[in-house]
Amino acid sequence: MRPETPDPGARGPLRIGVGGPVGSGKTSLVAALCRTLRAELSIAVVVDDGHAPDDTELLAERGALEPERIAAVQTGCSPQSAIRDDIAANLEAVEALEAAFAPLDLVLIESGGGSLGTTFSRGLIDRQIFVIDVAAGDRLPRKGGPGIASADLLVVNKTDLAPHVPADLELMRRDAAAQRSTGPGGVPRETPLPTLFTSLSEHPGAPAVADWIRELMAEHRAPVAA
Amino acid sequence: MPYFQMTRSALLLLADSRFPAGAHAHSGGLESAAAAGRVHDTASLHAFLTGRLNSAALVAASFAAAACQCEDAAMLETIDHEFDVRQLSPTLRLASRRLGRQLLRTARAAWPVPRLDLLAPLAAEGPHQPLALGVACAAAGLPAEDAALCSVRGTLGVPADAAVRLLGLDPAEVAGVLAKLAPAADRTAAKALTLARMAQLKNDFSMLPALGSPLLDLAAEDHATWEVRLFAS
Repeated sequence: MRPETPDPGARGPLRIGVGGPVGSGKTSLVAALCRTLRAELSIAVVVDDGHAPDDTELLAERGALEPERIAAVQTGCSPQSAIRDDIAANLEAVEALEAAFAPLDLVLIESGGGSLGTTFSRGLIDRQIFVIDVAAGDRLPRKGGPGIASADLLVVNKTDLAPHVPADLELMRRDAAAQRSTGPGGVPRETPLPTLFTSLSEHPGAPAVADWIRELMAEHRAPVAA
Repeated sequence: MPYFQMTRSALLLLADSRFPAGAHAHSGGLESAAAAGRVHDTASLHAFLTGRLNSAALVAASFAAAACQCEDAAMLETIDHEFDVRQLSPTLRLASRRLGRQLLRTARAAWPVPRLDLLAPLAAEGPHQPLALGVACAAAGLPAEDAALCSVRGTLGVPADAAVRLLGLDPAEVAGVLAKLAPAADRTAAKALTLARMAQLKNDFSMLPALGSPLLDLAAEDHATWEVRLFAS
């Protein structure tokens, strides 16, 4: 965990990890967030280099981000390791961006597509978003795993596809809420962790997720109570 | 307490391929060798690793041992320079410094002792990996002998791990390859230690070995231009 500093300016940018299975829409979500938030925040992005030529292009284009603000990190066939077990290369990339574009407000770190076990180390990020999609089947939230059960925000993406799959969004909502209302040891959480249902084709700017980030941003900037 | 007390477990920790210092994203040239078909099974992996053992591993281990014995920041800069001029590939030179920087970062968290400050003049650019390893070993209370051994283990382990991931080789068979190479790995480490001691005795670090692998250097330069690569080097 990064040390808490009383001076918000010295705390550096807010770092948010975006993880989830392959094809759930992580890159599209990151691009949407960049486009929505770039007028109000100074943003940089770190991506997994495995598919970087495509991803950087898409991010630069759709996210309207200068290519210099996007760093790619090689992860040696195991994207999971680079965000959890050995974060050295990702940390370096984040710090290089922070130095080059100081002061940054927000750094989004997108992991390469992972399994339901994908989680970010708290040494790398402040908060994490886990993205799954409706097309992967409505039983997915029930399967749980650290991403679904304990990510700071769960995004269920591509809701517009629900009638075609078909997927029962109500079932997904119930299962996700059940997974996210208890913490380790089955102890009920004071407030269940949030879940947002999104469709980037209906709302290309991901406004709900952007609002969630705005709230975090305000919290991050607020001085720590003595 | 200036240094940590010497423990065997500290060596095992540093030599563990899961020690979080960035190495998992590197293949030690294996990704290129696999793409070219030069390594495709355990026999060709054995041959590749034997080559590494007699070139890169001996050089890196000599420098790790020399850095481990060294208690002077200026001299470490000299040793770093000597390693730098032995890296013909600019890509590998950069990768080695990056790995050194990452190792130093983890070592600072694991063994926060003044010994690591000896690398401060090199910290911004990053000390070469064998130097970071040698000084990290010293900080962990380990002797130069262990630094050499740990370095050899890393030089072999990185491509071996990459081979399992890239080629789908049976991990048990790859462990067998490494086990078969263990006596030779020990000999390389012992030789590296002798060379490092000789260089220290004569106070001339240009004496440290300067073996290279031209094909690996060329392949590394080519690899850096690939559009899609899974490993950083």
